Amino acid sequence: MSADEPLDWVALSGKRAKGKRPDFFENTALDRLYSTVFALAAEVSALRERQDTIERLLDAKGALSREDIEAYVPDRAAGEERGLATQAYIARIMRGFQQEVEAMEAHDPPIMDLVELLSRE
Amino acid sequence: MAKDLPPPYTAMSRHPMMPRASHDEAARFNFLTHFNRYLSGNIGAGNRLAYEKRVLPAFRAEHGRDPEHRYEIRDAMNRDEWHRMWSALKRNSMEMRQHFGRQVVLRQLDELDAMARQFNEHSGQLELDPAIEQPPYQTAVDIHCQPGGYHGGERPDDVTVGANYDVGLFATTGGALGGLNDGGGQAVVGWVKAERPDWAPKRILDIGCTIGHNAVPIAQAFPDAEVIAIDTAAASLRYGAARAAAMGVKNIRFVQASGEDLSRWADGHFDWVQTTMFLHELSAKSMPRILAEAHRVLAPGGLILHIEQPQYSDEMPLFEQFMRDWDAFNNNEPFWSAMHGQDLKQVMADAGFPSECQFVAGVRAVVDPEIFPPSPDAGEEDYGRAAIWNAYGAWKPLAGEQQVAA
Repeated sequence: MSADEPLDWVALSGKRAKGKRPDFFENTALDRLYSTVFALAAEVSALRERQDTIERLLDAKGALSREDIEAYVPDRAAGEERGLATQAYIARIMRGFQQEVEAMEAHDPPIMDLVELLSRE
Repeated sequence: MAKDLPPPYTAMSRHPMMPRASHDEAARFNFLTHFNRYLSGNIGAGNRLAYEKRVLPAFRAEHGRDPEHRYEIRDAMNRDEWHRMWSALKRNSMEMRQHFGRQVVLRQLDELDAMARQFNEHSGQLELDPAIEQPPYQTAVDIHCQPGGYHGGERPDDVTVGANYDVGLFATTGGALGGLNDGGGQAVVGWVKAERPDWAPKRILDIGCTIGHNAVPIAQAFPDAEVIAIDTAAASLRYGAARAAAMGVKNIRFVQASGEDLSRWADGHFDWVQTTMFLHELSAKSMPRILAEAHRVLAPGGLILHIEQPQYSDEMPLFEQFMRDWDAFNNNEPFWSAMHGQDLKQVMADAGFPSECQFVAGVRAVVDPEIFPPSPDAGEEDYGRAAIWNAYGAWKPLAGEQQVAA
């Protein structure tokens, strides 16, 4: 690496530690899933902390009071906007479950059947 | 503040070499601090419950007896769904600590390297020796799952691993080591001052010092003494020496050397030889070699002191031994299990310290109680990670004393 080339800190920070990692589950996909879920949990926690910082600073500077936030009640329009946003959020994180239910109704053939079919016809 | 509520990451002392954590980087460490306490405290009991309620009964049914070794418990628990899930959580917590710490360090590595170089060039407190080889017990795996171990790096002469060690230790220990991660060294100082209030050691050797976080408080407490802090890993020493210089601690020198070969120092050169959380990172053959060398360079009447988690003994329940062994197999601490299984008193005796000169004392991290609540006392819930240790030590007999004792 040349001296003036900046370090790729994003890529380098995730370097694997030397030494075989135990497989904790029979299905290694679960091991991968744990890594992602708890990294996300850390990120949600950091976001909450950042939001708390913002609220406290706004409060301290008199831009708004934290009591106002706690006491806030959305009016009808705001309530609908937020309800829709929550529905959309749930739809995003539950996509896997939702599509599995749809798949149970659809009876798709295995994709290999189609690969073979289309290679013939 | 509630007694069991760990302090925020921002309570850390920001000495000049400490990498600067952004708001969100600090928040990620806060998450890990709480998450680690949750894993060992809130749901750690699940391991015992799983063992008592289903793993042990199943073992008895299969073998017609109780487990006779911690490894039998480990084999059985590694098939238990709860313990596997818990271990996966714990392993991920350790990996996140490394990843988060490396992000903090690597994005500002240019500044850290430049600052370390400047401190080290001016202080004269760093002495590296490229001829020192990294011993196999340091290179077999990356200890603590820290990429690069204590010795690796991202480019020549960098401080990545030392800085990463310093920046994240707080999260791993749940904040129990205090604002400078020096609660262990402070504990040693507290013990020595209480035991021998008038003792004034002149020359002190700390073997396996890494970044000197436990050697610096000794230097601070004995300003008239000269502390030599050695390690085989230049990458850690570079950071440690700069850290000490930045903190204005001048009576400590960081020297690249192996504890297995202290031949540059004469017999009886040191009044005090210290290791802190070091012996468990060695190997079966190197540990006695290091202790024999430590015995040789220690002056008659001098102190040898090792801070470690408690050794396994027949009095310690096998389940507790198994839980304390977790890091050996899941967090790249491969000598942890064998080392803690040894009779350290015998190992020390073989190295030349007569049994009757030895002692074992309990010590706990000394931290600022205003900011840092004490480490959770429930040692059995916090296997192997609580900032409560045993001090295994000996006062080397004066010439002639040994014969009298014998």
